[in-house]
Amino acid sequence: MHQTRINHSKEVPKLELGEHHGKGGRNFGDGVFKWMSAVFAASAVFLLAAMVIQMTRASALSIQRFGFGFLVERDWNPVQEIFGAFPFVFGTVVSSVIALLLVIPIALGVAIFLSELAPGWLTKPLSLLVELLAAIPSIVYGLWGMFVLAPWLLKTVYPILTQTLGFLPLFQGVPQGNGRGMLAAGIVLAIMILPTVASVSRDVMASVPKGYREGVLALGATRWETIRVAVLPNVVSGIVGAIVLGFGRALGETMAVTMLIGNRAEISASLFAPAATIASMIANDYSGASDELYLSVLAELGLVLFAVTLILNIASKLLVWRVGRIPGAERSL
Amino acid sequence: MGVYQRRKFVDGVMRSWCILATLFAVIPLFSLLAYVLLKGVGGLNWSFFIELPKPVGELGGGIGNALLGSFVLLAIASIFGIPVGVFAGVYLSEFGANPFGKLVRFCADVMSGVPSILIGIFVYTLVVLPMRSPSAFAGGIALGILMLPTIIRTTEELIKLVPNSLREAGLALGMAKWRVILRVVLPAGMSGIATGVMLAIARAFGETAPLLFTAGSYPFWSVHLNKRISSLPVQIYEYAGSPYEEWHQQAWAAALVLVVMVLILNLAAKLLTSSRSHAR
Amino acid sequence: MITAKQMFQLRDTGGAVAISEEEAPLSKERILRSQGEEVGALGKMQVKDLRAWFGKTEIIKGVSLSVADKRVTAIIGPSGCGKSTFIRCLNRMHEVVPKAHVAGRVLLDGVDIYDRKIDPVKIRSRVGMVFQRPNPFPTMSIRENVLAGLKLNGVKVSRPDELVEQVLEQAALWGEVKDILNRSGASLSGGQQQRLCIARALALKPEILLMDEPCSALDPIATSRIEELIHSIGKVCTIVIVTHNMQQAARVSQYTAFFYMGELVEFNDTDILFTKPGNQRTEDYITGRFG
Repeated sequence: MHQTRINHSKEVPKLELGEHHGKGGRNFGDGVFKWMSAVFAASAVFLLAAMVIQMTRASALSIQRFGFGFLVERDWNPVQEIFGAFPFVFGTVVSSVIALLLVIPIALGVAIFLSELAPGWLTKPLSLLVELLAAIPSIVYGLWGMFVLAPWLLKTVYPILTQTLGFLPLFQGVPQGNGRGMLAAGIVLAIMILPTVASVSRDVMASVPKGYREGVLALGATRWETIRVAVLPNVVSGIVGAIVLGFGRALGETMAVTMLIGNRAEISASLFAPAATIASMIANDYSGASDELYLSVLAELGLVLFAVTLILNIASKLLVWRVGRIPGAERSL
Repeated sequence: MGVYQRRKFVDGVMRSWCILATLFAVIPLFSLLAYVLLKGVGGLNWSFFIELPKPVGELGGGIGNALLGSFVLLAIASIFGIPVGVFAGVYLSEFGANPFGKLVRFCADVMSGVPSILIGIFVYTLVVLPMRSPSAFAGGIALGILMLPTIIRTTEELIKLVPNSLREAGLALGMAKWRVILRVVLPAGMSGIATGVMLAIARAFGETAPLLFTAGSYPFWSVHLNKRISSLPVQIYEYAGSPYEEWHQQAWAAALVLVVMVLILNLAAKLLTSSRSHAR
Repeated sequence: MITAKQMFQLRDTGGAVAISEEEAPLSKERILRSQGEEVGALGKMQVKDLRAWFGKTEIIKGVSLSVADKRVTAIIGPSGCGKSTFIRCLNRMHEVVPKAHVAGRVLLDGVDIYDRKIDPVKIRSRVGMVFQRPNPFPTMSIRENVLAGLKLNGVKVSRPDELVEQVLEQAALWGEVKDILNRSGASLSGGQQQRLCIARALALKPEILLMDEPCSALDPIATSRIEELIHSIGKVCTIVIVTHNMQQAARVSQYTAFFYMGELVEFNDTDILFTKPGNQRTEDYITGRFG
């Protein structure tokens, strides 16, 4: 909604009703109120800045000792103070990439269905369902993943994958007895970021003016051609933004991944094998680690995660904003 | 005819893909809700809500302390998060058309994307280390920070929807702007603020990661601000990670409680906004 | 508001559109129509008892009329009278709006376009449409916009460049865009965009071109260019144009239908309808007493 912001103080008649307001009472009160609320608003800026500073300070020791090179070192043995964080970087990126590969075709299908194809009576309940999916806490996904998804994967999906795609190193090796590992974590991540990717994509598609679709339809296009010609080219950046946003969420997701990935600082070609992510490592070890250097290393990993998710979030925001600028977009995003 | 048939075929394939994808997407949701309901409902009884956890091997026991702990944490978070968030939202809506407003909006958006575990680290270094122990206070602060962006942005969006004519009517009566905001705009936007608060509480309610090392866990009743405190999600995490069948059962039951609360809060927030937009 | 008679004087003396040469060949149709018969033999499209709804609201309440081949038929009426909905029914665009549905028959060359066996996609490639607001595809160049319909319909064009030139020429846009064919369609002015949309529709060689208030978003100069264009295309292509502007209907069309509250009140030769309206409501409307 566009609103003309009016500078009211100029428009109010300068009638001074002394009794009510006292001398200059109005301007004084306005000033106080404005400044007070501004201070509260500033807390968002302040907190973000404080986070950057605190996390940098917390990781100072580690940065001094190892710089950022330890991100690509492979050996991890905290007891001997060998900190090579590559297994966690690897686990974080690979599990999130698996999630993205799984989620993109499904989320786009859902978004197109909701925005373009679904009959009117179905759109609302389905959209609500997708939003509720996003509201369910991570810990519940983790619980379900541990006791329902992972055993099912172990019994049904892994054997099929080994049989059909077993020639790929990705699907070789014996899965853990509880089914947890890289693939299980990737799948639960996919389920968790699906609502985000789908609903942001749906919103950008819905912002394409109706006239574009009608123009194509009136040329004798099928429904799909209309979507392909009138909708998709205008929202590419928004969809990429939605995917980037989902990627950022996946990278930082903690509980469900911690419960499903197996938590081992190993790098394996097999997706069945256990792994660990930066977030899962912090969740497991941060409170337990009493060693100052170890804490600092974990904080530095957190700082890296912070920087990466920050960049992804900003990028996604800019990409989605671009869609809002197409001529005649139905609503601002 | 070949071209036409091919176009029809592609159209059919792509439509089916969208429909199948949607069906496929709702399967996990139904599976999750069904399991939480079926496995959890068996563990629910009165004592589950009011008793302390029992040691392994003893039957029964509840999550009373975790439930209380969650409420304590949310209360602390709300005391800090709601006023700051609401006033920040009011600022953005009423005075925020300037570079500072843009900066605040930007920071709030960025904050909502920060992985929650990192907020845990932040509060750990800021509160837990000086206090030398995880505490209800630290956990509450962490949840409060998590709630802030949601409250700020929802409040702003929904306060902006209050018609300008109301503001002008107040000003035309000779009220000062700050009185108009407090007496006219805020009451008119109350349901909007309530929506933001409910969404934020729903989110904070289910958050686990930042509580792991800020509030920790504690198997007894506690309302002390400076002591460790249990919470529903952390309790679920600990039960789920245990090797004991009975505890898994408790985890499902606790998850059912958590899901029901979160969904109720979300649906209520949804209803509030939709009844509002109907009224207008 | 000028009266209809003044309007016709204006038109006869100096208007851009001269109609005298057109009057003679039309006389046969005129006779047919004033006797109340349908112009079946000459009609390109017959609409029979058409009804259209949005949800439960009936927008079109049983309209029958006949669209003459290679002539311009104008639909006028106050806003909300259903004229836009009516022409959107003629290429099955009404049904793409949620909760909208249609009953009745629309015969294109004698075949009911609402027959179950008929695919609306095919109808829309035969019956083109130009919308109120120009809607060129912003991600395509001007050239691609012109060829979009052909490409969609899988038509192989042997010499696309010639076709683009020919169609843009026909749409009176070639001179202005011949050097910027690769620029985005969205970079043009509103009037140029609308002519591009007309060109886009013409490229498919439509049998009928539907125009839904094509000038309502344009300034007077752009409007007069579009009107000239309608006049010249109307000789080779059947046109149905919706307009809220009576002078425009008088200037560009040979036949005019007056719609009121979802009903067809009067349908006749344009100059008869505007000079000797047969119905009180028509007269009230064209003399500016309401609407």
